[in-house]
Amino acid sequence: MYQYNNNDQTLIEERVAQFRRQTESFLKGEISDDQFRALRLMNGLYVQTHAPMLRIAGPYGLLNSKQLRKLAHIARTYDKNYCHFTTRQNIQFNWPQLERVPDILEELASVQMHAIQTSGNCLRNTSSDHLAGVCIDEIEDPRPYCEIIRQWTTLHPEFAYLPRKFKIAVSGAKHDRAATQFHDIGLHLVKNDAGEIGFKVLVGGGLGRTPIIGQVIRPYLEKKHLLSYLEAILRIYNLFGRRDNKYKARIKILVKEAGMEKFVGLVEKEWLLIRDDLELGVDRIEAMKAYFAPPAYQADAAQDTSYAQHQLNNKAFATWVKYNTADHKVVGYRAAFISLKAPDSPPGDMTDTQLDAVADLADQYSFGEIRSTHRQNLILADVKQADLFPLWQQLDTLKLATPNIGTATDMICCPGLDFCSLANASSIGVAKEINEALDDIDYLHDIGDVKINMSGCMNGCAHQSVGHIGILGVDKKGAEWYQLTLGGSSENEAAIGERLGPAVAKDEVTKAITTILDVYIKQRQDDESFLDMVKRVGITPFKEQVYADN
Amino acid sequence: MQIIKDKQIVDDTWSFVPDDAELKDGDISVSLARWKKDKQQLLKSNGKIGIRIGPADSVEEIAADLKDIQLIELDFPGFGDGRIFSHAWLLRGRYNYQGEIRATGYFMRDQIFYLSRVGVNAFSLEKTEDLPVALSTLNDFTINYQKSIR
Repeated sequence: MYQYNNNDQTLIEERVAQFRRQTESFLKGEISDDQFRALRLMNGLYVQTHAPMLRIAGPYGLLNSKQLRKLAHIARTYDKNYCHFTTRQNIQFNWPQLERVPDILEELASVQMHAIQTSGNCLRNTSSDHLAGVCIDEIEDPRPYCEIIRQWTTLHPEFAYLPRKFKIAVSGAKHDRAATQFHDIGLHLVKNDAGEIGFKVLVGGGLGRTPIIGQVIRPYLEKKHLLSYLEAILRIYNLFGRRDNKYKARIKILVKEAGMEKFVGLVEKEWLLIRDDLELGVDRIEAMKAYFAPPAYQADAAQDTSYAQHQLNNKAFATWVKYNTADHKVVGYRAAFISLKAPDSPPGDMTDTQLDAVADLADQYSFGEIRSTHRQNLILADVKQADLFPLWQQLDTLKLATPNIGTATDMICCPGLDFCSLANASSIGVAKEINEALDDIDYLHDIGDVKINMSGCMNGCAHQSVGHIGILGVDKKGAEWYQLTLGGSSENEAAIGERLGPAVAKDEVTKAITTILDVYIKQRQDDESFLDMVKRVGITPFKEQVYADN
Repeated sequence: MQIIKDKQIVDDTWSFVPDDAELKDGDISVSLARWKKDKQQLLKSNGKIGIRIGPADSVEEIAADLKDIQLIELDFPGFGDGRIFSHAWLLRGRYNYQGEIRATGYFMRDQIFYLSRVGVNAFSLEKTEDLPVALSTLNDFTINYQKSIR
């Protein structure tokens, strides 16, 4: 993974010093609430229901064991012994004290971490494929480009006060695991007819109140033009994006209102004027690639026989392998998911003890690296097959081996009304109830691939509009109600879910979900997946059953 | 009244003439609308001429006039309107404007560093007692990942 040089380190230390001064100025009353709000947001600090919330950047989801131990230390020292992993591969602390945030940032800087631009109307953390560099369907590893973009976006002087937040995702594989079609800019590494690799550029995607699928603005962009093209898009957005209404301020609205043709015209005109001044040299790309070179894999890893034997002897282990591990490009290795969706803990949360333990496991079994995923789990990406059994045993002890990756209980869930000041309804409690109703693991596995996403308000942090089943908390005269959608997807065949019908009351959500899943079990054809069935039959059969009593 | 200019605290020689006031002698700046309306008269005046532009104005519109202009005031109606940053970049980077670019209006001390990196070389603050601290923010960072324009 990328290692900071002296310049990188100096920059984040200077940012800590700057934020310390800003915090002190605010506490002394020298700057207003409004001004400090903008400054603190650009450093990931929100003021929430109970306490501030600090969001820390997980650059394209990549962390090392030292960083994980630091997060454990922060959870213990400054928070209530846990942290939360988000859908954009970041990490959140829910209980820090405002006065101590500069100290937390200083601790983070000591392990090459920061909270720069994790919130606010600026360029956010770049996210990527959690299987980057190890997956079998990769065209090229996206991480070197993610890091180049991370540096370019960090403290960019021109684009720090955009109309609204701006998110970039990069995918290098055939299968889009980074929801690139739902980002302000989505980048896909693709091969052109000449066999050269460049970027397909998408623009104007987004979730939230107005979910829109991104459109291709350039089918093929040479790598050397990556930053100039981004700059051109950003300059047009900064100058022409709406600033009169924050709900219409994302680039997706600009693209929609201007029309794609006009928007492309503006961007391309701007780009032609700047592209020669901002070329990305081959040497820069190659130097960056060196940071992401494959680790020292063992050539004989596939010769181990214990892995197959353990699967034969131990059904629970075999099940875990089936659901919680993924194919690896190197034979004899697999990527192992660490499920943060145990039935009795809030989705995406991890305790300090678990963080420390996983750091040790990463050192022992996966070259000291950990990734966070878009669906709020972790991955040890490079585990030898012989190590999977002992790894599973230890994860099981830590309650991190629930074999539910990709199943209905692998829910994406926001903090909801329990923590977030924006929320209209709770989500953690509802998730727990759904989890309890789906506690039969065989039933869960029979249902198979179902992605349930639940947000406590229409800002949509948990991407409910692209869940196979989406659950959206709404406020109805002071009571919590939930709107259901079916058929959404953030992957290659991107789709926005269709509304099932009127919102259901809080105590009816779980029943509605189990009813939907029952309809699927009864009416599916052969090995048809849930999403495929929704595509085939539409929402009517589900709707009839969910609202049967009304 | 003092301002920051070229990393120093200096006396300000300019005054802004509102649209409804009479033009006067000396170094004056006017709104873009006034400039368009009274351009010929302004060009004949004995002092230097500046134009004050807001976020919604188009820098492109004054590109041809830049040779006659010694000051451009980029006026913040509120600190959050980031169009100003692109205007500054365009003035220096695209139109090669060499005169003074001054930030005025409601911006924050903590925006001065970024503004200086996109070509703003002068800063007029609401309270002159803030000038020394504001000046010090120009040294907030010694490392940048992007090119700066001076």
